[in-house]
Amino acid sequence: MITQPGFLASEFPPGVDVFDYKTLIPSLEGSMWAGAFTKLSLLVWMAVAIIIVFFLVTYRNPTLVPSKKQWLAESAYGVVRNNIATDIIGPQGVRFAPYLATVFCFVFVTNLWSIVPFAQISPNSHLAFPVVLAVLTWVIYIGIGIKKHGLLGYLKHSTVQPGVPWWVHPILIPIEFLSNLILRPITLAVRLFANMFAGHMILLVFTLGGVALWNAGPLLLKPAALGSWAFAIVMTLFELFILSLQAYVFTLLSATYFQSSISEEH
Amino acid sequence: MNIAQEAPDAPAEHGYNVLGVPLAEVIVGLIAFGVLLFVLTKFVFPRMESMFQQRVEAIEGGLVKAEKAQAEAAALLSQYKAQLAEARTEAARIRDEARADAEGIRTDVLAKAREESDRIIAAGREQLAGERASIVRELRTEMGSLAVSLAGKIVGESLEDEARRRGTVERALADLESAGAR
Repeated sequence: MITQPGFLASEFPPGVDVFDYKTLIPSLEGSMWAGAFTKLSLLVWMAVAIIIVFFLVTYRNPTLVPSKKQWLAESAYGVVRNNIATDIIGPQGVRFAPYLATVFCFVFVTNLWSIVPFAQISPNSHLAFPVVLAVLTWVIYIGIGIKKHGLLGYLKHSTVQPGVPWWVHPILIPIEFLSNLILRPITLAVRLFANMFAGHMILLVFTLGGVALWNAGPLLLKPAALGSWAFAIVMTLFELFILSLQAYVFTLLSATYFQSSISEEH
Repeated sequence: MNIAQEAPDAPAEHGYNVLGVPLAEVIVGLIAFGVLLFVLTKFVFPRMESMFQQRVEAIEGGLVKAEKAQAEAAALLSQYKAQLAEARTEAARIRDEARADAEGIRTDVLAKAREESDRIIAAGREQLAGERASIVRELRTEMGSLAVSLAGKIVGESLEDEARRRGTVERALADLESAGAR
């Protein structure tokens, strides 16, 4: 274990500053481009590279009867295509499958960094990265909605609930407008960000807490430190579950929004 | 690492803003995701789609082929059955014909044989009748002269009178004939 007990212990309990990654290029320190060359950005690029290499290598020579690796790559796309895009949007959902599958892979791998040794932080615990994805989804679902229903038609489609007494509309239309057209990308981004942020915090608490207990002095506290570290391992497994779930939820909700935009009825 | 002292809810200028969205990170996220989206949708997913399609076609093609083979087999079977039935009726027809032929031949032969026998019998009868008639004719001429000569010898008188002689002989013969026919 790479522990510098004194240093780590001084940071316990961890504050939000543990998410403040400084640029890896010292000359950019302080400029607006500092954030573009941090550990998190590096992890994003690595995730992209890993995904691209994985797919290009496994799908270099595809065969009708797939090899194990080809099957794995096909299932990554096939699950999103069949179980999310087609199931939720319908047969025409296939045209959104590439975007949804890319979102899923991107979110999954960037999330995965949170439990990969030496990385141990997900870029998605910085709000900026989830915001990019959420805004893309938002732009797409508003775009396809306007393309299908026209600008006014889409506004009506997404704000006016049919079968509602007329006097409810003055209350309902602003609420629908807010929730469908403004809040959706925000909740989408914040859900992913908050889960990864909190997950990292929890892992830090148990890991650093163990260090703090170990260094605290009294022999009696040493077993408690071991317990804390053991629980950090348990929470790592839990984090694996959460990060997969969040990648799935993000993709699923994107598909649901697409579906709501191109659906005929409300 | 920057060791900021505990500043729980201080959005101070130098503190780290958790909800901040730095433009630099947005740009990195956009470009990174854009590159990923481009590469995957351009080089990977279309190939997967075509592979899925090929697989579907392979399976469907197999099914169609199997169906075709089955239909072919069924057609052949019905054809063979039809041929068999045809052959059976043909055989029955031939048998019936043969039976009818045999019957015809038998009756023909019988009729011919009966005709032949009738003809032979008739010819025999005719021959007999002819012979009898010629015998009768011979006898008649011979018996006339014999009887005349015999009677001449016995009576000693010459029966010169032609008319009387002819009448006597004729009468005797008629008596004789009627006596023989009785």
